[in-house]
Parts: sequence; C-alpha cells; structure tokens
Amino acid sequence: MEEIVQHLTPILNEVTGYIFPNEIELHWGLLVVIYPYLTGLVAGAFILASLVKVFNVKELQPTYRMSLLTALAFLIIAPLPLLAHLGHPEKSFEIFLTPNQSSAMAMFGFVYVWYLMAVLLLEIWFDYRKDLILWAKSEKGLKKWILKSLSLFSTDISEKAVLFDKKAVKIITIIGIPSAFILHGYVGFIFGSIKANPFWSSVLMPIVFLFSAIVSGIALVLILYSFITPLRGKEIDMACLDKLANYLFYVMIVDFSLEALDFIHRVYESEESIKILSDLVSGKLFVSLVVIQILIGMIIPLIAIALIKILKWPADLRKQIYFLSAILVQVGIFSTRWNVVIGGQLFSKSFMGLTVYKMSFFGLEGLLVSMILLIAPLFLLYILFKLLPPWEEARNL
Amino acid sequence: MIDSEKNDETRRNFLRKLCYSAVLAFVSPSLVMRGKNKKIVEWIIGENYNPYDHYWSMGIDINKCIGCGRCAESCKIENNVPKEPFFFRTWVERYHIYKDGEVAIDSPNGAINGFSKVVSEKSLEKSFFVPKICNQCDHPPCVQVCPVGATFKSIDGVVLVDANYCIGCRYCIQACPYGARYIHPVTRSADKCTFCYHRIVKGKLPACVENCPTQARVFGEFKKKASPIERFRRMNKINVLKPALNTEPKVFYANLDMEVK
Repeated sequence: MEEIVQHLTPILNEVTGYIFPNEIELHWGLLVVIYPYLTGLVAGAFILASLVKVFNVKELQPTYRMSLLTALAFLIIAPLPLLAHLGHPEKSFEIFLTPNQSSAMAMFGFVYVWYLMAVLLLEIWFDYRKDLILWAKSEKGLKKWILKSLSLFSTDISEKAVLFDKKAVKIITIIGIPSAFILHGYVGFIFGSIKANPFWSSVLMPIVFLFSAIVSGIALVLILYSFITPLRGKEIDMACLDKLANYLFYVMIVDFSLEALDFIHRVYESEESIKILSDLVSGKLFVSLVVIQILIGMIIPLIAIALIKILKWPADLRKQIYFLSAILVQVGIFSTRWNVVIGGQLFSKSFMGLTVYKMSFFGLEGLLVSMILLIAPLFLLYILFKLLPPWEEARNL
Repeated sequence: MIDSEKNDETRRNFLRKLCYSAVLAFVSPSLVMRGKNKKIVEWIIGENYNPYDHYWSMGIDINKCIGCGRCAESCKIENNVPKEPFFFRTWVERYHIYKDGEVAIDSPNGAINGFSKVVSEKSLEKSFFVPKICNQCDHPPCVQVCPVGATFKSIDGVVLVDANYCIGCRYCIQACPYGARYIHPVTRSADKCTFCYHRIVKGKLPACVENCPTQARVFGEFKKKASPIERFRRMNKINVLKPALNTEPKVFYANLDMEVK
C-alpha cells in the first residue's frame, strides 16, 4: 500500500491538464509491453518457418529449424510477464476453468495452449523425430535418455514412417499459419476492441499487430542466423540471407502502409479525440513514435535494404547492413509495442489531459524483471540449440 | 470360459465404478456451488430483499451541486476506500469555462477538501461542479471484458465485483470509459462503486446520496412510476455521459454541459 502511494504521489505534479483521479495509476506497464513483443516474435518466426514448408521457399531451409526453436523458446517465456503483472497470479488458472465467454482476454489460455501443444511442439516433434532416434543411438548416458524421451520412445525410422512425419509437418504448418495469425492478431484484438480508448480502438489493430509481428520475427531470425553462423565457424548462406532480407523488406512495406493508413484515417476523420491524440503524438510520444518507431525502426532500414537491392553491394557489406537493419527493426518493433501499450494510457479518457509513466527498477513490474524476461528466451534458445541442433549438417538424411 | 466370464464381471464392475466416480467428480462441486448460492439467497431474503423487484439508478442535478465533496468523503468512509487521492468510487469535478472557449477542470483529492479559489486573468463565462460515479451501465464494457467473470451485472442492475474471484488483470479498468474503477491497493482486486449495495438491500440510500446537503443526487428505481428517479427524469432535460459509446448508463444528469466527458 505505502509503496504504491509513494510511487503515485510525485505523478500528481506531472499531470498536465485534467485526468480522472483513478487514472493517476497507470495500469498496464512495461510487463504488458513485453508480452505482445514476445508473442509477436513467436508468430513471426513461425510464419517464416512455414514459408519453407508450405510455400516451398528452398533458400530459407537453413533457418527453418532455427525459426521453429526460436518460436518455441519465446512462446514458453511469453506468458510470464502477464503472470507477473496480475494482481492475483495465484488465481490465474481461473481463466481456464471459468472463462467469461464475452471476454476477448479469456481466450488467451486456449489460444496459447493450442498454439504450444497442437502447433509448435507437434511440428517440432515430427520434424526432429527421426534425428532424435538416430542421435539417441549415437549418444551415451543421460543425453541418450533425454533424447529418447524427447522422441517419446518412438523407434520407427522406416521410409514409410519418415514419409508420414513429413506429411504431418506439412499439415501442421498449414494449420499453424492461421493459428499464428490468431495468436498475434488476437493480442491486437485485445487492444483494438476497447471502445473506451480511441488510441487503441481500431479495426486495423489486429492486422497491424500481425504484420509488425512478422517483421519482428523475420528480423530476429536474421539476427540469430547471421550472428550464430560465423560463431560456429561456418559460412553464411548468402542466398538465404538475401531471401530473409527480401521478405523482411516486403512485409515492412505492408506494415508501414497499414500504419500510415491508420494514421491518415484518424487525421482525416478527425474525431473527438484527435486533439488530445495529436498532443500526445507531438509531445510525450514524439521520440518513441516518430523518431524511434518510424524513422529509426522503419524508414532507415527500408532505405538501407532498398539500396542494397538497387546497388548490388558485395556480400560482406550486405551482411553487415542486413544485420544492422534487423537490429534497428527490432528496436523499432519494441518501440511500437511501447507506443501502443504505454502511449494508449498516457492520455485521460476525459480527453482533457496527459499523464506520465514512471518505471521502477526493482519489484515485479520493474525494469530488472523485464530485462530478465527479455533475456530469458535467448537462454532457453541456447539450451534448445544444444539439445536439438538446428543446423543443416546435423540433420540425418 | 468361466475365467473369461469372471473377467467380464470384474471389467463391468470396474466400468461401473468409473462411471460413478466420474459422476461424483462433476456433481459434488456443483452441489457445493449450490450451497454457496443458497447462502447468498438466504442472506438476501434475511434482509427481506428480493433483487427481482428492483432496478436501481441515480440522478444527478448539476445545478444543485455546490462542490462540497461530502459525497466523496462519505463514500470513502462508508466503503473503506483508501484515503489517498488515487482511489475513488465517486468524486466531484469543477469546470471553469472561459470566454475564449478554454476549459479548465480540476478535482483536487476528489473535492474532499473542497476547492481553492482560481486566480485567472481571463474572464469567466461559466463555472459548475460535476459529481462523477460509476455509471452502472446497462451495457457495461467492464463486465464484457472481465476474463473470469469476476465483475458482473446483478439482477437489480448494479455492476459489482467479486473481489475473491478477480485475478487483477486490470482489463476492466482499461475498458471503463469513465475512469470509475481502480485496483484496491490492499486486496489487489478491482474495486468500484456498488451503489452502496449493503445499504440498498436494507432499504437505505447510498452514502453519497444521503450525505448530499443540496439533494443534487437522487436515487431510486428505474422505470417505476412512483420512483424519485422517474420524477427526476420527467422534470428535467436528461443526458448521460458519452452516449455515443452505447454503454447505456443508469446515472442520469440534469443540466449537463457539453464540455463534460
């Protein structure tokens, strides 16, 4: 109680205009920024993997398994920020037991479990099954048993069985694409369906979320691929990297167009909330929205990749520019999540004033926990890479 | 032959027991739930109160409000709302509308300590006070979004929160267009105006209505001819807050200015 009061008291002096007294406490903080960021990466990485299986983009094969494991690692961590943000995490299971059918959020548990169990784990299992069995044969001791249990003690590696695995992977991927769309589009719907908040309330929100998710997922796999491959002493496959950058470029164009459409639509319609929203965007959100999200996270990488396409630069320079662009895109997408979640709460529903967001360092909602939650998926990914090497040369053909 | 018959017998027994235990597993919690409901019903009947006979609403006459803040203070005392200026079930706003069109609003500590004099060079067009409270919407967005159904519209039309059920996700707070909800810092559950439900089931008025010295607040039955609310709605030009959002508030304002949101 005292902690909250101490945290809120200084904010009283930083409010401009008038906000409702209950609005001084900003309700969704950094943790709720991280959640859509993480699920976005999951959905994006999975869509990338599905390009290989469903759309037969052969060039992307070297990143296929890497994308799947990335999606898994980030999906496992994704609900933790939500759990940490709840007032009563011990009652969170109620969302499974007694979901309110009219609530968009109540679907969370089901969408999550479906995506984890019916899509990701299943696809990874079918794709790795043969390799798991063969690896288990060549290993000794504990690792042998870990690999055996991961393969669920299956032993059949006959041609027929392997063919079935391949078919299963394809079917799961086909189911997985709409599932990935639902996973992240639905997060967008949670925000987009709040009519009380004109900054969120937009039918485009789920689609914007989805495309920004694909952008962030491709950029993440590009970063991982171009960072890990030299570390393993291997050569980066330029055809693969160029293809990744191409897809990144196209999806970014779509994402940018959607965001521009949303912006133009709002300005043109110029509804009741336009004054407070323009105060917000030109004031408190200027740096994070205009400078970081749009300029640094969108326009600069777009120009950089476009220049590469036009000028046909040498491979080494391309690698570096792709890598830097993908990092900028990552910063931009994080900023996008920030601007939606935090930005949408910085103005009062009275439309008469703006408030501020004060982040703490310690505590569940603080910066420290958030940093840990952002790094945790990478640790998990490291373990997954050790256990289930995604490299093409590890594959038993 | 005999052996296989015996096997069949034990299998049949086993299946029968399995069915019994499955039925028991489903039925017993529902019996417990029924017991709990019965308790609530008994409590309400004990108060001689039948929720099906009532449908509550409130009227607020802006011309009568003097901004004394007694409503906000009595609410905090009656409902154990934390005294700090970040948690309110009801509060009073002061509007200053200047000749040049500028609007200035304030509500220091929800008006509990009154208002200080505004010193401004500009000439004032008009000034008034607006008490705010949960609008007890008939089509409540907070109830729609609650993921576990912890907040609900009661039979008699009051939107309530089951604090023991609330998981503290704060989605209802985001969905409320009126800023009428907050997280109680002690229970960490969502909290809001209940129309003083514990008082109205006893036939008393909500604390804010009872303590208003100018009778700016009127409380009563919605759509019952003899109700003070129906008289209030008949005698005044009525408006609600943010009507475009289709929340269908059951808090009605008389003499509401267009600047109030």
